[in-house]
Amino acid sequence: MTGEQANTVEFELRVNGEAVTLRLPPQVSLLDALREHLGLTGTKKGCDQGACGACTVLADGERINSCLTLAVQYAGREITTIEGITGELPRAFVRHDGFQCGYCTSGQICSATGMLAEHAAGMPSAVTGQHPGELIDAEIRERMSGNLCRCGAYNGIVDAIREVASGTAS
Amino acid sequence: MTQISTHTVIPPRSTTSERSVGRPVDRVDGTAKTTGEARFSAEYPYPDLAHAALVHATVARGRITAIDTAAASAVEGVLTVLTHENAPVLKPPPSPNPLNLSSMVSGTSVSYLNTDEVHWNGQPVAVVVAETPQAARRAALLVRVTYDSLPATLDFAAEEENARPLKGDLLSQAAAKKGDPEAALAAAPVSVDLRYTTPPYHHNAIEPHATTAAWDGDRLTVHDTTQSIDWVRRHLALRFGVPVAGVRVIAPYVGGGFGGKGLLWPGTILAVMAARATGRPVRLALTREGVYHTVGGRTPSAQRVALGAGPDGRMTALIHTSVSRVARVGGRPEPVTAVSGHLYDAANIRLQQNIVELDLLSNTFMRAPGEAIGTFALESAVDELACELGIDPIELRMRNEPARNPIDGKRFARRLLREAYALGAERFGWSERTPQPGSMRDGRWLVGMGVASAYHPPLQLDAHLTLRLSVDGTVVVRCGFQEMGMGGATATAQIAADALGVPLSSVRVEYGDSALPVAPMAGGATQTASVAAALLTAAEKLKKSLLALAGRSGESPLRGQRLDRLEARDGGLYRADRQGETYTGILSRAGRPSVEVAVGSDSGLGAAAGQVRFMARFLRDRRRWVKAALGAHFCEVRVDRDTGEVRVSRWVGAFDVGTVINPKTAGSQLRGGIVMGIGMALSEQTLVDPRTGRIMNPSLSEYHLPVHADIPPIDVCYLNEPDPTMPLGLMGLGEVGITGAAAALANAVHHATGKRVRDLPITLDKLL
Repeated sequence: MTGEQANTVEFELRVNGEAVTLRLPPQVSLLDALREHLGLTGTKKGCDQGACGACTVLADGERINSCLTLAVQYAGREITTIEGITGELPRAFVRHDGFQCGYCTSGQICSATGMLAEHAAGMPSAVTGQHPGELIDAEIRERMSGNLCRCGAYNGIVDAIREVASGTAS
Repeated sequence: MTQISTHTVIPPRSTTSERSVGRPVDRVDGTAKTTGEARFSAEYPYPDLAHAALVHATVARGRITAIDTAAASAVEGVLTVLTHENAPVLKPPPSPNPLNLSSMVSGTSVSYLNTDEVHWNGQPVAVVVAETPQAARRAALLVRVTYDSLPATLDFAAEEENARPLKGDLLSQAAAKKGDPEAALAAAPVSVDLRYTTPPYHHNAIEPHATTAAWDGDRLTVHDTTQSIDWVRRHLALRFGVPVAGVRVIAPYVGGGFGGKGLLWPGTILAVMAARATGRPVRLALTREGVYHTVGGRTPSAQRVALGAGPDGRMTALIHTSVSRVARVGGRPEPVTAVSGHLYDAANIRLQQNIVELDLLSNTFMRAPGEAIGTFALESAVDELACELGIDPIELRMRNEPARNPIDGKRFARRLLREAYALGAERFGWSERTPQPGSMRDGRWLVGMGVASAYHPPLQLDAHLTLRLSVDGTVVVRCGFQEMGMGGATATAQIAADALGVPLSSVRVEYGDSALPVAPMAGGATQTASVAAALLTAAEKLKKSLLALAGRSGESPLRGQRLDRLEARDGGLYRADRQGETYTGILSRAGRPSVEVAVGSDSGLGAAAGQVRFMARFLRDRRRWVKAALGAHFCEVRVDRDTGEVRVSRWVGAFDVGTVINPKTAGSQLRGGIVMGIGMALSEQTLVDPRTGRIMNPSLSEYHLPVHADIPPIDVCYLNEPDPTMPLGLMGLGEVGITGAAAALANAVHHATGKRVRDLPITLDKLL
């Protein structure tokens, strides 16, 4: 790339199981690093302000807003994007029509993946407080409220997550 | 055709013994959208791609007296800073002409960067082009602009008294009158006369507008977040003075539109201009704030609804007037009062739209323009009248259900509103509602139930396409329609499969590219019906060609047969006695790799004829009958008696939308409309500073969209009876869901609390 700022940092990220070396200005967000420098455009930019959740990825299994994160902060950490998601959630989203335009979908699926792990680990929520029990719909909705869907596919998203969480997915 | 616009349909395998239409099949683009494969407009890589960022005006009206770009230009990686002093000069936007719909695509009349005039607070006044998005954005902050401010008219509320009656045009009427409604209102034993207001709203598609533009000599390729690829192509060719044939607009995936990507806004023009000026491919991805400042939203409104009735509830007077705004630089008024000409059998009716012109960015259409906000006022007022009369709100509606269109006595093409209410009431359990406001409680929660009618007229435009059947049995539909999540590709594949009698899995649909035959824009809930009509015509032509091919052979059981006596099934044509032939068999014998037919012509006389056909059909239809997608919303809310917090706890929507092609995607469309209606009622509003014209909450943190926790399960059901006047009996359903939704919610809040909120959104402070 010509004209790149001289003020760059070299660091290594692990993305979807592969090590990649990046040389970037330190102010580049993890989101921009993924989209602009690694060609992983499945992670979306809806607001670049941490308000919509479209940029959600997993860092060592925990969901984060990649737009609010500098790439260099995650040197050495394991990042999972939609391109690296395995399991039944994507297919369940299709079966339950948990999207329309598809732009928030990567973030919804990554967020749901992280959310299920949080719930399994007993992390509290506003719905069930310190002792989350079974993953009821109100709990899913509460825990997924950081991911906006303007097409309004919320019902289908909850259906898809419930099906995968309960292990009834075909 | 490159891979860019090709979308392979891979639905589950099926046999044609089960028809595709009417089945809840998965979306054909589902895998692409759930794996991150789907590429949106800001995601096309180009070698040597440069990035652009906008500088927005900070005054509402004035002239630029100086613009200092030195500091911005000095930022490392900046290629150029375009301003009105150095930008390439374009041809001005054309004057809007209803006979040439593409002339209406420009969001404003401003020649961006070709003028020193500022017409709204937020207008782009400079574009920085740089090697990286970070450099472009940083440099944009360093551009210093000095203005001579001019007086500006900005305050909608203050200007309301200066509103002038709107003149109608070919496409919409602005006023209508029957009888003497004011006298009837004065004489009515029971009446209400009420004022409702709605704030400005923004579409807030989660994908911000973005354009990637690449020139090759006078040829231009644009990846644009647009609902109107053909109009964008024509507009760009005109503005940049290049042949239309050399401009290609590609948009296979659009990350939500809702009307906000229907017109062409500054970002598209400026990205193309920046690419022209720098000789590099350029991407301009708007910031969220940039979307608010350069893409219009929904007008605010102030509405009067006055209803007069006898003690039996029969309406004698219905008056609905509105004030909405347009900008001095553009915008079309929403038909706010139109719905009130169709819903109630009142003897005397008056409808009147009024407008004010402000120095703001043009308003634009947003999901169900007119009906979305008009039904809030009308359907709230009907609920208030029901309370005055002591009649159940559904019963009041049934007593005023018209046999003919109330405003002009025209026939209805169909009208199943009674049936929709009956179906919805049963599923919702309306009979458990006690009429007295505040009478239903659950602990600290006040429970309320409300209803309202949904209404949206369908429109059918002219679509062109080609349909090809190959010797291997695969079918390709090529049509330049657009997919923003409505499920158009899936519905089109289903319709093609049934029309030809082939499995869904053998149909591929190509769309979202101006290199394909022209289809109408994705808007007004028109697309599926428009494409379906063309597709059915094409399928008939194709089967005729195949029958003719078969008939050339003495061996074919189809020789001498008439098409209308044959059935298309199991991948071929069959007689009633089950003798017949597969398409593959016909083509193999004829030694043909494929047969292709075309419907419509994209250029010259053919294109002009298409416009004329549309207008003729529109006017003929309007003379003959009145048709609409209809529905009944049932909403239950729970309101915290101490804090006034409103939670929507249940929702049933019963719809009459004609034939449902795909219940899965149709349900999502209708639910999506209801979700947007919930946001409209409870949390959404764009705050415009009346002193400066600046939008004060241009972000998703401060403009509150409904989130997961706000949305209960929404039960959507259909009457599923075909509309006799529409292709396949289908009607678009992208818009009807939002209509009436806000009123149903406001009516439920009144039932819960006894408080009537006539000013949206229904925030806590209005309930305390």
